[in-house]
This record gives sequence, C-alpha cells and structure tokens, in this order.
Amino acid sequence: MFKYLIPLALFLVLVVFLAIGLTRNPQELPSALLDKPAPTFRLPQLKQPDKTFSAEDMRGKVWMLNVWASWCVACRDEHPFLFEYQKSGVVPIYGLNYKDRPEDALGWLGELGDPYLLSAVDLDGRVAIDYGVYGAPESYIIDKNGTIRLKHVGPVMPEVWEKKILPLVQELNRQ
Amino acid sequence: MTRSRLLALLLLLLLPSFAAMAQVQTEDQPSDDPVIEQRLAKLSHELRCLQCQNQTLADSPSDLAADLRREIRAQMKAGKSDQEIIAFLTQRYGQFILYRPRVSPLTYLLWFGPFVFLLGGLVVLFRYIKQRRDVITEQPLTVEDRRRAEEMLASSRKETA
Repeated sequence: MFKYLIPLALFLVLVVFLAIGLTRNPQELPSALLDKPAPTFRLPQLKQPDKTFSAEDMRGKVWMLNVWASWCVACRDEHPFLFEYQKSGVVPIYGLNYKDRPEDALGWLGELGDPYLLSAVDLDGRVAIDYGVYGAPESYIIDKNGTIRLKHVGPVMPEVWEKKILPLVQELNRQ
Repeated sequence: MTRSRLLALLLLLLLPSFAAMAQVQTEDQPSDDPVIEQRLAKLSHELRCLQCQNQTLADSPSDLAADLRREIRAQMKAGKSDQEIIAFLTQRYGQFILYRPRVSPLTYLLWFGPFVFLLGGLVVLFRYIKQRRDVITEQPLTVEDRRRAEEMLASSRKETA
C-alpha cells in the first residue's frame, strides 16, 4: 500500500525544492570577494579632479563604498536614504561613480544632493571589474584592515541597513 | 500587423528614453590580431554575462560584457593564458561566471546527480521485471482447456458466418 505513496512523496520533495528556488533572487550572487582584501585603486575625485582617493586612505576605519551612476535607475531609490545613513554617523559613506560622464554625475548630485563624503571617478569601469561589480548600485563594507566584509547588490533600503549593515558595522567597530 | 511586429515597434518607441541616460561607452573594437580574436571568441562562449544571466559573454550586448571583452583582449595582449584570465575573472565574480561549473564537492550533486537517478531507475526497473517473472509462471493448457477453447472458436465462427 505504501508503495503507491512513493511517487507522491518524491513529488512533494520536488515541490519543496522548487518552492525554495522560487523565493531566491537569482540576481543576488555570492560575492567571491567576501573576506578578501579590498582591491586597491587610486582614482580622481569627482568634485576635485586634481585630488585622488584610494582605498588605502581608509586604513584603520570601517567604511562603506557605494557604487553609483546617474544613469542607474535603482540608485535613485536608495539616494534619499543615503543622507540619513550618512547623518547617523554610523559609517562614513564614499561613492564610486561608475562609468558616468562627470558632468552628468555632477548634475545628478546637484539636483538630488550629495550624500557622499566624496566620490571617486571610475570612468572606464576598470576598478569596478576588480570589485566584481555587475549591477549598480552596489555597496561594500570594508573593515579596518581593508577586508571586504559585506557586499550588497541593489539599493540599500532601510530594511537592509537595519538588518545587515548596522549590526555588522557596530561589530566591526568594536574589534 | 502581427503581435511580434507590434512589440518591436513599441520597443523602438521606448528606445530614446533609454538612450537619454546612457553610460560612458567604452569601445568594444575587435583587436587587429586574429589569434586574439579567435581565443576571445572561444573563451567568451564559456563565460556568462552577469547582467543578462542566460547569455554568454560572447553574445551579450550589455555594457559590462563589452567591458569584460575589452579586459580579456588587453590581458591576452599582455600575454596572459586562458587559465590565468579565467582565474582573474572567477576571483572577482565567483564561479558563477563559468558557464560550465567546475567539478568540486559543491557541484558533485549537479554533475553526478542525473547519473545517480538513472542508476536508481535501472535498479527499480530490474527488480520489477525480476519480480514479475517470479509471479507469472507459464502454465501449459490442459486437454480440457484446449477443448473449451476450440468450442468457443467454433461458436464464434458460426455467429459471424
């Protein structure tokens, strides 16, 4: 009698697997750079092109690198929240302006405001390749030793900030 | 007008709005070295575009794919081997960029799962056939059975006639 229930049981197992698969976001990939040293770079700053910014400058600090661009639609969603995060003083937020014409980028910041301490200009996207960027916006939390501790693909909405970033930064600052 | 034509027209109408927020275009020029182009063509069919995940790096029109093709060309020009370039890319984007996943403990189920299922199916099938052969034994007709069968055949012949 139980023999006839085997196909049903197998089917239910399949359903469970497929149901789990459906709830996952295929755009969210496990980052290969997690717990690896943040790639070094030295890029001109957006607002002061004669000055540069480097990941090395941030040694000894926990900081957030936010990849953005004026052509990036989802960046608009997270933009207003970045002001709040920056104002909270939890973690300094730096921008990486990704494959953007500087005049477009400056126009965007002029129109919507500039939440970043500064933005570095990655005109040809070469630094973004080093960071494994595949869809802006992306955010990285880098610890005092220059190790990448978190990568978030997509806008950092308040839920992500509170559940993922805030606890991690507080933990990293204690170390 | 067919539905696909209509769809194409609609997409065309949408085009200008996308073009307005263009990113910095980097040239995706083929190299003048045919050997590099050949290697790139071969390699980029093995790599996934991370923006449009069901396309290879060779087929994808996305900007990231163009950037990566440019990067691969530059590295080939610098004398890097295909293995070194694949290592460079997996370090940054993870194994997901490989269209053909590597055989590792993490992917054993993916690679060998189907064969395990096939083997399991064969075992079930074999046991089922064996069991049937034990249950159904051939029984020769008795004289009485043969007589009844002939009688039935004869009567049915009479009916159809």
